[in-house]
Amino acid sequence: MAAKFNQNDDSVVVIIGSGAGGGTLGNELAQKGINVVVLEAGERHEYEDFVNDEWASFTQLAWKDPRTTSGSWRVSKDFPTLPAWIVKAVGGSTTHWAGASLRFQEHEFRTATVYGRIAGANLLDWPVTLAELEPFYARAEEKMGVTRTGGRPGLPGNNNFKIMKAGADKLGYKECHTGNMAINSVERDNRNSCQQTGFCFQGCKWGAKWSTLYTEIPKGEATGKMEVRPQSHVAHIEHDASGKVTGVVYFDKDGKEQRQKARVVAVAGNSIESPRLLLNSASSKFPDGLANSSGQVGRNYMRHMTGSVYAVFDKPVHMYRGTTMAGIVRDEGRLDPSRGFVGGYEMETLSLGLPFMAAFLDPGAWGREFTSAIDLYSNMAGMWLVGEDLAQETNRITLSSTKDQYGLPVADVHFDDHPNDLAMRSHGYKQGAALYDAVGATRTFPTPPYPSTHNLGTNRMSANPRDGVVNKWGQTHDIKNLFVSDGSQFTSGGAENPTLTIVTLAIRQAEYIADQMKTKAI
Amino acid sequence: MSGDHGRHAHRQEAVNRRTFLRRSSEISFAAAVTITTGGALLNASEAWALDVKGLQPQTMKTLILVARDIYPHDKVADRFYAIAMKSYDEKAAGDPATKAALESFVAGLDAAAGKGGYSGLGWEAERVALLRAVSHSPMFETIRSGLIASLYNQPEVWPIFGYEGESYSKGGYIKRGFDDIDWI
Repeated sequence: MAAKFNQNDDSVVVIIGSGAGGGTLGNELAQKGINVVVLEAGERHEYEDFVNDEWASFTQLAWKDPRTTSGSWRVSKDFPTLPAWIVKAVGGSTTHWAGASLRFQEHEFRTATVYGRIAGANLLDWPVTLAELEPFYARAEEKMGVTRTGGRPGLPGNNNFKIMKAGADKLGYKECHTGNMAINSVERDNRNSCQQTGFCFQGCKWGAKWSTLYTEIPKGEATGKMEVRPQSHVAHIEHDASGKVTGVVYFDKDGKEQRQKARVVAVAGNSIESPRLLLNSASSKFPDGLANSSGQVGRNYMRHMTGSVYAVFDKPVHMYRGTTMAGIVRDEGRLDPSRGFVGGYEMETLSLGLPFMAAFLDPGAWGREFTSAIDLYSNMAGMWLVGEDLAQETNRITLSSTKDQYGLPVADVHFDDHPNDLAMRSHGYKQGAALYDAVGATRTFPTPPYPSTHNLGTNRMSANPRDGVVNKWGQTHDIKNLFVSDGSQFTSGGAENPTLTIVTLAIRQAEYIADQMKTKAI
Repeated sequence: MSGDHGRHAHRQEAVNRRTFLRRSSEISFAAAVTITTGGALLNASEAWALDVKGLQPQTMKTLILVARDIYPHDKVADRFYAIAMKSYDEKAAGDPATKAALESFVAGLDAAAGKGGYSGLGWEAERVALLRAVSHSPMFETIRSGLIASLYNQPEVWPIFGYEGESYSKGGYIKRGFDDIDWI
C-alpha cells in the first residue's frame, strides 16, 4: 500500500532528491519505521521506458533547467548553459551513471594533513576517517551488488577492455581488471544480469545496473512509510523564528506552489541544486542563505580532473558494444608527488555512440582533421580519466541573475583548473596515449572534460563550523534538523567515482537521524 | 523526399537506387545537384530531390555544400547533408529575418569566392579557406553546431560509420560480439 502523507504532517522527514543520497536515505529511514516524503523535481520513468538513443535519452532524463557558467574552464566556452550532465528524474543520476563503485583511499580523507599547504587550494581534512566508514562501505557494496567485493564475480571484458588490458600489460601496470561495478554479473536481488547492451548512460533497460529507481525506492515504498512525489520542484526551505526548519515550498506538475511541513529536511539535489536551494532560502534571519554562517555554501565545487583519451586502430574494435565502464587501471590512483602533482587518477574504459562522439570528441572542431577521426569510429577504443581535483574557494555555485520558469535565480557554476589539476590531466593524457600506442594505435586524441558528471564539495563536511557547512553526519552546523545527503558533502573529491561513498554516507546518516529523532534531539 | 521531378529523374527511376549511395567522385557537387525548372534541387545520380520553399534554390544548394565542407565525409552521400540542412529552408519560409540572414551569409561566401560563387570553387581547400574566414561569425557557429545533431543523429548515417545503434531489442551484445576482437 503506497504511502501518502498529508502536506500538513510535520512529523515526516522530507528528502529533496531521489538519487544515490536521497533515494538511499529514504529507504533506510523507512526500513527503520520513519515516515519519509521524497520530493523529486523530475518525472518518474520506469526502466522499461529508457531508450537506447543518446539524444532522445538526454531529452528524457537530463537536467535541462537553466544554469549558467563562468570561469576559465573549457565547458563554459563550449557548453555555456550546460555545466553538468546529470539527471532530473526519479532515481536521479543513478539512472544514468556507469556503475563504477570504488572506495576512497585512507589519505584522501586527510588531504590537508597529507598534501600540506598548496597555494590556491582550500584543502581540509574530512571529519570522518576511512576506518569509521569501512563497515558502511561494506553495507553499501552489499546493497548495490558491487562486483569483485563480497565474493561477487567480475563482469566479462568487452573489446574496449581487451585493448585497455593489452596496453596496460605493455606499460607494466599491475592493477587492471573489469572493475568494481554495481552491475549484476549474475542475476541478483531479483534483477537481471548484464546483457552487454552498451547503453549504460541511457539507463539500464534490464535493471542489471543498480539504481535507486528500481531498488531503494520500491523497497522503501513497500514499507508503507515512504512516499515519492515526482514533479515536485523545491523552491525554498522554510524555518521558524528559532531557526529550526519547518518545511519546504515546492512547485507541482501544474506549476502551483505547494508546502510540505517537515520535522527534518535532508537536501540531496546533487552539488549544483543543493547549494542553490540553500542560497535561495535566504531570509531576514539568514541573509546569506541557510546553513551558511561559514560562507562555504556553494564553494569548493569539484568536478574531478577528468578528460578522455580516444585512440584509433587500423582494425575494428566496436568499443560501444558491452558494459561501458567495466574496465579500470588503478595504478595511477596512488599518491606519488614525484609525478609532479598530488592526488591520483583512475583510468576507466569509456565509449560514446556516434552522435555523442561527434559532439564531445573535440567540441567546436570541424573540417577534415575532425572528420577523419570520426570516419574511423568503429576502430576506436577509449578511456576516461577520473582524478582528484583540488578544492578552491573560488570554484563555486552562486545565484545567477538568470531566472528559471518559476522566477527563481538559477545556479551559476564557476570553475578554473588548479595547476595541480592541469599537471595531472597532462600526465593522464600522456599515459593514456602511451597505453594505446603500445598496442598499435595510429592516432590518439586528448578529449577535454565533458559537462561535469561528477559534481562535489559545495556543502562540505568540516570539524569546525567556520570551515564547512555540515558535520561528520551531514548535519548542518547551523541548523540541527537540516541535513545534506548528496555528494555536496564531500570535503575532498578523491580519485574515485563518488556514488559508492554517497550511498555509504546515506546508510550511516540514516542511523544518526533515526537516533536523533528517537532521543528527540531533532 | 518528394519533389518536382524533371526528365532526368524519370530516366533514373529505372535504375536501382542502391547503387548510388554516394556521389561518383567524377562528378562535382555543383554538377551533381541541379536546380529544376520548378525550383527544386535534384541529384539525379543519387535519386533524390528537395523542394525549396523559403530560400532561393541556389542558396539552399550552397548551404548543403557548406555543410559537407564543415564536416566532410567522403563516404556520406549528399542527401544526408541535404536532410541535415533542410530545416533552414523551413525556418526561412516561416521567418523573413531568418531568410535574410541565411541569404546574406551565402551571398557573403559567393562574393568572397568571385566568379562562379562558392559552389563554383572546385577545390575543397579553397572553399574551406573561405569558411575559416567566417568561422567566428554567429551564423557559421549556428550551422556548425546544428550539424552535430542534424547530420550525425540520422540513424541512416550510423551504419556508414559502423555504429549499430539500438541494442536492447536485439538482446544486447552478449551474443553479438561484445568481446569478439581477435587481433589484440
